[in-house]
Amino acid sequence: MNIVVLIKQVPDTNEVRIDPKTKTLIRKGVPSIINPEDKNAVEQALTLKQKYGGEVNVVTMGPPQADVALREALAMGADKGFLITDRFFGGADTYATAKTLSTTIKTVFPDFDLVLCGRQAIDGDTAQVGPQTAEQLGVPQVTYAKEVEVSGNKLTVTREVEDGYEVIELTTPALLTVVKDANQPRYPSISGIFDAYEVDVKKITNDDLKLVREELGLKGSPTKVVATTTPDTQRKGEVFTGNPKECCGNLIDRLNQRHLI
Amino acid sequence: MENKDIWVLAEQRNGKIMNVAYEILGAARRLADKKKCEVCAVLVGDKVRDLSDSLIHHGADKVYVVESPLVKDYTTDAYTNILEQVIKNFKPEVFLYGATTIGRDLAPRVASRVHTGLTADCTGLDIDEDGLLLQTRPAFGGNLMATIKCPDYRPQMSTVRPGVMEKLAPDAKRKGEVIDFDAKLDDKDLRTQVVKMVKAAKQVVNLEEAQVIVSGGRGLKTPDGFELIKQLADELGGVVGASRAAVDSGWISSDHQVGQTGKTVRPELYVACGISGAIQHLAGMSGSRTIVAINKDPNAAIFKVADYAIVGDLYKVIPVLIEQIKSEKEENSAS
Amino acid sequence: MDFSFTKQQEMVRKVVSEFAKNEVEPGADDRDLTGEFPEDIVRKMAGLGMMGIPYPKEYGGAGGDYISYILAVEELSKVCASTGVILSAHTSLCCYPISKWGTEEQKKKYLVPLAKGEKLGAFGLTEPNAGTDAATQQTVATLEGDHYVLNGSKIFITNGGKADVYVIFAMTDKSKGNHGISAFIVEKDFKGFSIGKIEDKMGINASSTAELVFEDCIVPKENLLGDEGRGFAMAMETLDGGRVGIAAQALGIAEAALDETTKYAKERQQFGRPIGKFQGIKWYVADMATRVQEAKMLVYRAAWKKQVGKMKSTDAAYAKLCASETAMYVTTKAVQIFGGYGYIKDYPVERYMRDAKITEIYEGTSEVQKMVISGSLL
Repeated sequence: MNIVVLIKQVPDTNEVRIDPKTKTLIRKGVPSIINPEDKNAVEQALTLKQKYGGEVNVVTMGPPQADVALREALAMGADKGFLITDRFFGGADTYATAKTLSTTIKTVFPDFDLVLCGRQAIDGDTAQVGPQTAEQLGVPQVTYAKEVEVSGNKLTVTREVEDGYEVIELTTPALLTVVKDANQPRYPSISGIFDAYEVDVKKITNDDLKLVREELGLKGSPTKVVATTTPDTQRKGEVFTGNPKECCGNLIDRLNQRHLI
Repeated sequence: MENKDIWVLAEQRNGKIMNVAYEILGAARRLADKKKCEVCAVLVGDKVRDLSDSLIHHGADKVYVVESPLVKDYTTDAYTNILEQVIKNFKPEVFLYGATTIGRDLAPRVASRVHTGLTADCTGLDIDEDGLLLQTRPAFGGNLMATIKCPDYRPQMSTVRPGVMEKLAPDAKRKGEVIDFDAKLDDKDLRTQVVKMVKAAKQVVNLEEAQVIVSGGRGLKTPDGFELIKQLADELGGVVGASRAAVDSGWISSDHQVGQTGKTVRPELYVACGISGAIQHLAGMSGSRTIVAINKDPNAAIFKVADYAIVGDLYKVIPVLIEQIKSEKEENSAS
Repeated sequence: MDFSFTKQQEMVRKVVSEFAKNEVEPGADDRDLTGEFPEDIVRKMAGLGMMGIPYPKEYGGAGGDYISYILAVEELSKVCASTGVILSAHTSLCCYPISKWGTEEQKKKYLVPLAKGEKLGAFGLTEPNAGTDAATQQTVATLEGDHYVLNGSKIFITNGGKADVYVIFAMTDKSKGNHGISAFIVEKDFKGFSIGKIEDKMGINASSTAELVFEDCIVPKENLLGDEGRGFAMAMETLDGGRVGIAAQALGIAEAALDETTKYAKERQQFGRPIGKFQGIKWYVADMATRVQEAKMLVYRAAWKKQVGKMKSTDAAYAKLCASETAMYVTTKAVQIFGGYGYIKDYPVERYMRDAKITEIYEGTSEVQKMVISGSLL
């Protein structure tokens, strides 16, 4: 099976804190990691390769330091790594990102069987790049994929939904977005780490993709971020005393404001 | 033809309109009133026309119905093809979806199909001075709120987080139009097939992944108190936690323990009942986004870290709280 | 001077740190109380190639480098000092002498499974009457035809009772003193070899520390490691490497204690503010942090020198002396800063302090390190 895995290097947002004084994100000292669900996608690809044979190629779009993320995926057992990096790609929203990724796949892996990616990145939190890439590749998709069985070119995918799961059939080529419940990603082995740095990671720039400027980066992004704020993290410290009915009423009102009920 | 009107996908499953569809209708209504235009709902399914009335009662001016046995259940291809035709035909100004497993599967596909911008999981929608949709949403795991615009492409699309927007109180006297839309649909175009749908009970969520935790401490005075804690947790859709004192007293097993020698948790909501707030306990939960404390002692240390606190006997307060939450939820989902 | 690690070393640190946090940390407190050896964890480490990091792939190793191995010991020791020393004793004290002085057959037979982690290794030099005075070996090995017969005992052997392969030192020629000591590879199932007392210790409780008993123990002639009479020199050189491993263990313990302390000082409030706002505490933390930096520099320098073949005994001595004393200092201060909470088992710093103490004692006491250092200067 010719499998392409799309990964993203992200800051570990579980470690990000808000500075109470400046109200901005404290990014200093926050380690960069492979987006957790992308790691599940890599694990899924490696399992499929172990079962059905083939090749696992890992692709990431990012600045030069995203190389480290590729190396980690290679250390886990992926075969080849590709870094899509070009200053023209910067500032891309999910549409432009999908454009760059799908063009890369069409150019470098024209005969792919399966594209896997994590369902959602923990920095953007959109879960949009997977389906947009599938659309731009012109292949069917299954999102929230938890299990995958392969039989020839037929895929049987278990898809997680809110109140249970669905079983979906489709044929390759296809794209799946993988959820965290799908598997437990393996640790890279020590020899895997050293071997990962023996291979060349291929750089892909716009010279390879030949996209026009208007399709790239910030220019090619239909959505624009106009403002960012940090939510107020100060503890409210509101104390309700008196009869239970009143207190509860007040509490529920506050919880509703925070959309917690 | 210019783009106009606020459109929503009236998501239905198994012949029932999803609650989030009513919520986004409410949001659409408020946006349409600002922009002085109409709210149009798209209803897709097999034999679902009768659901149109309730959409109109909840704020839709027009309901476009697309019916076919091919769309009895959701598939990406069928819905994408249908919405592509709807969008090309009617040129909506704004298109909203619920951020459900359907909405988050479909909306990005449509966005790429028609080449427009999409904002995910919005918690706020408004119109700015230029008449553009202002979309506010959490990023960075909730540590950041971003406001997004889509100035040059149409429709401006968003998926909207369920449980956030307020739906309108249904008005049976509201009038609207129900229009059949004949979308071209060919089963050859449907590349995925749903062969099985299984309703599975939610697996027991572990403490560290739970979004809502209700914990009991020494203030419960007896192990039976945990039944009340469980009821409250169930109402809030959460799991039960405990302080070390409660676990050491044998009232509940140690895998519920939150704290220095238990688990460290960071849920959206942590409700501490009868827990004094010893430093060992705080070590395990002070990172929770919203902390509620219920305690008889107004000087309990837990009040220093709580967002909201009720001073009172938890055996009197919690039953009242459970009842009020029940009625609040009934109000929210009534249609 | 380039003080940076290579990308591979950084990734090894990152991966071992994640492994330590997810697989080793959760049970560390329990293992400290029960003394349970982390069999499962060692198996997982073996599966990831951690038991043979600096050894070549042709001998079952991971084909990594020495610094990466030291970083692995450091990261594991941050969460569980016992796991750190299990790895260090196995890699530096057992695998190393076989890789350096073993015949091709011995390497194939023993180094390969050891480096793969299929077998666990240990090193037996210390005896009831031979601690710092290691040369007074009373265990004897007598050649009888095609085998040696070993008689005597060893104590305080790390991984003792759990190891499959032991590098054992014994007197083959009493008349030659130091130069009459030889090294042998002993398998746990050899006739006449048994495990005696398993020690109940102050700290590193999940590490198995045992007495080894040799009663007419039969060791095949081909299990002589290196040449007869070269044993003491081999032991000393092996211990030099082992000392860097222990220094890394001590460094990890110190770093963990410092980390817990800074977290606590920001959270614990007295007199209306976090205790970290008081100058007294600030100065303690500054002292602790500076000592940790000192230890880091000496440990990493010794590791680098060993990797490029330039390490001298004094480099290892400086690193071990400094890091172990730093660990004792930092952990003791940490317990003090935590106050009452530092003394109870709810918080990990009391375990760190109990674990730190042994680093000043084993693989050459601090006094031995001072003998080595002053010996080079005076």
